[in-house]
Amino acid sequence: MTTTTKPAAPVAAAPGRRPGGAALALRQGRLEITQFLRSRESVVFTMGFPIIMILIFASIFDGTIGNGVKFTQYFITGMIATGLMTVSFQNLGIWIPIERDRGVLKRYRGTPMPKWVWFAGKVLMVVAIGVAETALLLVVAVLLFDLELPGTAARWATFGWVAALGVTACTLCGIAISSLARTARSGSAVVTPVSLVLQFISGVFFVFTSLPTWMQQVAALFPLKWMCQGLRAVFLPDSFGAQEPGGSFELGKVALVLGLWCVIGLVLCLTTFRWTTRRDG
Amino acid sequence: MDDELAISVRGLRKAYGDNVAVGGVDLDVHRGEVFALLGPNGAGKTTTVEILEGYRQRDAGEVRVLGADPAHPDPHWRSRVGIVLQGTGEFDELTVGEVVRHFSGFYADADDPDKVIERVGLGAKAKARTHTLSGGQKRRLDVALGIIGRPELLFLDEPTTGFDPEARRGFWELIRDLAAAGTTIVLTTHYLDEAEALADRVGVIAAGRVVEVAPPNRLGNRQEALATVSWRTPDGTPERAETATPTALVAELAARFGGEVPGLTVTRPTLEDVYLTMIGHS
Repeated sequence: MTTTTKPAAPVAAAPGRRPGGAALALRQGRLEITQFLRSRESVVFTMGFPIIMILIFASIFDGTIGNGVKFTQYFITGMIATGLMTVSFQNLGIWIPIERDRGVLKRYRGTPMPKWVWFAGKVLMVVAIGVAETALLLVVAVLLFDLELPGTAARWATFGWVAALGVTACTLCGIAISSLARTARSGSAVVTPVSLVLQFISGVFFVFTSLPTWMQQVAALFPLKWMCQGLRAVFLPDSFGAQEPGGSFELGKVALVLGLWCVIGLVLCLTTFRWTTRRDG
Repeated sequence: MDDELAISVRGLRKAYGDNVAVGGVDLDVHRGEVFALLGPNGAGKTTTVEILEGYRQRDAGEVRVLGADPAHPDPHWRSRVGIVLQGTGEFDELTVGEVVRHFSGFYADADDPDKVIERVGLGAKAKARTHTLSGGQKRRLDVALGIIGRPELLFLDEPTTGFDPEARRGFWELIRDLAAAGTTIVLTTHYLDEAEALADRVGVIAAGRVVEVAPPNRLGNRQEALATVSWRTPDGTPERAETATPTALVAELAARFGGEVPGLTVTRPTLEDVYLTMIGHS
């Protein structure tokens, strides 16, 4: 009577078991990515912005920056850094106030979802969109403007950690600055000028060393300048390091400043984050 | 703690600066009961309920909700409490089905999302983006998210504000179904008919205090209140008298007029009269 076929065992998750934390975070990330991709404004203005900018810049400045290196090779670093800042800092700084104002955050707080899962969902969204956008930017630049991709594993590794550290700092600062906005609409009013000014003074639109010294010094207080500089170490020949303000690409300092901003952002998040609007107690 | 009590509140106080929103509220809600907090805008209903829901911290008082202090909500307690807020978060880019399914993942013992969507009457809208829903349909989605975790206790903050009469009737049926299934329900409303139609007991709250708690038909001793008899004298002057024995008075008037009494009415205070007196607008 013994057979190898058994009646269907109740292997399905026992009732009374909620998905574990990691599974919840992945679901939350998937939901955030879906929401992002279905929002046309987000896709066009957040994801498309750096691509539009590189199309414009590479078309205007089709010359070389020196030693046979094309302008595109220089500007791609600014566009990648700007893209990463847009998808993290700007995207979160604008959308979190809207979600807070609409009561989406309050609604999540009323469920048994652990708080960190919501943040994890935002981070997963930023990382996924950031990677996709950067990849798209590189493909466009390689196909249309003959961008030279980094040639060594060491350069790709630098690319990886500069991007990761930069995105982490900008994500934390984006979450932190979201608490400054009093209403849904004021999010973009708070965040957009900050981003725009940083882009102008950090060497995204101009060769950094052509900016006035005082402007370079102000820019050096913020993460974007260091993200650009770290990426220049990835995309430009080593010899270009000598033209940096510090005489080299200063990768140690890049790591230090971006790491510091991660700490500042985290502290601000932990001390200022609000799940509800001010008028909501 | 009495296990029969879903909610027990003693001396609850909450002030925002100088503005005392809740000034000493006492309240008991029994398990399985539908309890309505009735009061005008700004009376302290939402503040009270949001303290019970674990959203706001109180200044003073004893509060137990399902045996725990809501000031420190843990995930297990959260999974037993369903909340339908007044201002609700919208997920514009997602469909009804996606949102309900997503929230079902937060609960260990969640209900079947499709069944819940059907139950709140959104079956035909399951694949619709939430921003295409009407006001009433959005409220139904709110309820779906409030009940997806099979809560023991469901809070509904002004659930039918802005509904047309037909939508309200439909919504009331839904609440009655939930109550019949054993869910304890606490709802706030400023509609008298809503409290009267749904609640086992009504707590009238005015200026941050609970003025009375009673079944809707007993509020303000409405049943024992004096009846008002009014009529017109032969020269047309309106007359009225308050009496505990309206039948006797009407018989006497009938005898006096030798038949029909002109303009005769007999009334007792409506819930609205009682309510307006209680909240100080008599």
